[in-house]
Amino acid sequence: MNFLAIDASTEACSVAITFNESQFNEYELCPQSHSLRLLPMVDSVLKQANCKLAELDGIIFGQGPGSFTGVRIGIGVTQGLAFSAQLRARGVSTLQAMAQQAYIEKGERSVIAVIDARMSEVYTCYFELDEQGVMQAKTAEAVLKPELVAQYYNDMAIPAYGVGTGWDAYKDLAALKSNPDSPEILFPTAEAMLAIGQIDFSQHSVDAENAQPKYVRDTVSWKKLPGRE
Amino acid sequence: MRILGIETSCDETGIAIYDDGQGDLPEGIVAHRLYSQIAVHADYGGVVPELASRDHVRKTIPLIKEVLAEANLTPADLDGVAYTAGPGLVGALLVGCSIGRSLAYGWDLPAVPVHHMEGHLLAPMLEDNVPDFPFVALLVSGGHTMLVRVDGIGKYELLGESVDDAAGEAFDKTAKLLGLDYPGGPVLAKMAESGRKGRYKFPRPMTDRPGLDFSFSGLKTSAANTIRKEENADLNPESKAQMQADIAYAFQEAVVDTLAIKCKRALKQCELNRLVIAGGVSANTALRAKLAEITKKLGGEVFYPRPEFCTDNGAMIAYAGLQRLKAGVYADLTFKATPRWPLDTLPPV
Repeated sequence: MNFLAIDASTEACSVAITFNESQFNEYELCPQSHSLRLLPMVDSVLKQANCKLAELDGIIFGQGPGSFTGVRIGIGVTQGLAFSAQLRARGVSTLQAMAQQAYIEKGERSVIAVIDARMSEVYTCYFELDEQGVMQAKTAEAVLKPELVAQYYNDMAIPAYGVGTGWDAYKDLAALKSNPDSPEILFPTAEAMLAIGQIDFSQHSVDAENAQPKYVRDTVSWKKLPGRE
Repeated sequence: MRILGIETSCDETGIAIYDDGQGDLPEGIVAHRLYSQIAVHADYGGVVPELASRDHVRKTIPLIKEVLAEANLTPADLDGVAYTAGPGLVGALLVGCSIGRSLAYGWDLPAVPVHHMEGHLLAPMLEDNVPDFPFVALLVSGGHTMLVRVDGIGKYELLGESVDDAAGEAFDKTAKLLGLDYPGGPVLAKMAESGRKGRYKFPRPMTDRPGLDFSFSGLKTSAANTIRKEENADLNPESKAQMQADIAYAFQEAVVDTLAIKCKRALKQCELNRLVIAGGVSANTALRAKLAEITKKLGGEVFYPRPEFCTDNGAMIAYAGLQRLKAGVYADLTFKATPRWPLDTLPPV
């Protein structure tokens, strides 16, 4: 099966393709400039693989949580590409992708992902490896005050391998992770999303228009008018 | 040639296909769709940018599907994809830019970033009665109030603009003070129809000095003071409704007069008698009537788009995009949203 994966949910921007058994990846840190880099990177991996969009079986995209604008840039591009080539699309969690990366690079089997969600909160989730070699969430993905994270994982096998930008932002969480230094895996990659998303793609995929973000933080800081709350 | 236009700069998702009439279809808009987010933002009393972006990413592709179906066209029948690249809300713009740019990539078509205000400015070109260049344009909406001399596509000279609130913003804020839901401007205009002339008088800001700039925040404050004072009066419901209608009348009269005085001044300064009005407030019937009167006296005419193309829409973006495409202006593989983008920096076609 042939798939393209794209992600622009965090400071990192990445694309990956698997086509006729060959895989090509591109990855850059490019805060605030995903809109300049994403489509050129897509074009680059398609050319390296000598693949046309229509030859793909689907597109896998970073669904969040992360930067709202970044997630939507990735999804806007996914929708445009998928609709234009009549492909289905499947979203993969950025937290799950980081956990998967810990398995790919380090062979880790249980992972806590914590990323800085700004506004004194983190996005977090706990994952364990399943028998297919895919990291599966054992809790709901949550947006939490850092001081509530330990309690959230009361029933989990803690400490676990830590990934994400949240650990450096909130040093008090350090006891929850098994790797004592700053995490090596800070951002999700399209490569890991490709690994997760291509398994059982058809059951989990949607039409272009239903490729939608999972924001996790669903509230906005704006206040409603009196009487409308 | 035929082009798809995508507009997502604020709180409306607009999609349209425009044909220049050089092929087998007649010139004009082949199909268009608009989804307004008013209901999403009403509870907040104004546009919440994050909610606007979230809605655009849900609605853009479904509207494109509807427009293609209504036009009975396939992507192979298109020659380009145009999308609003600014000015506007950056997150909202990026939705249209990312979808538009990647659709064009997938369809192997040129992608054309469009200036939202150029879209408004050229919207009257979608009508049967089209103005000849040069003309003076008044762009007047919830986000902008500006006077522009237009000598051709991309040949824009900014004559004046609002130094504070846009005229439409002043309408909406005054409407809010009268207890009307966001965006209350059009409802306030409706209310003014039953208002009486002469009971209240509001200032015509910056008309007593030379120049073509506008200011509406003082007028809004003056209306706010009057509303606060009159609200304390113990009135029966009927008298209260009349008082509100009279305030609405006086407020609208002041805005219309102010705009008209500056339009007349701009036309005289440019020695022109053709005036184009566009943007949401250009749908205001009192404004249209007043400007028709002024241009008639000058031996000219006022031009405006049909009401649905006065507010944000995809049709004007498709039209402006095609003019740029024909001039060979289109994007590389990058896309960029430009929230602040002066109109007079556009290159001439």
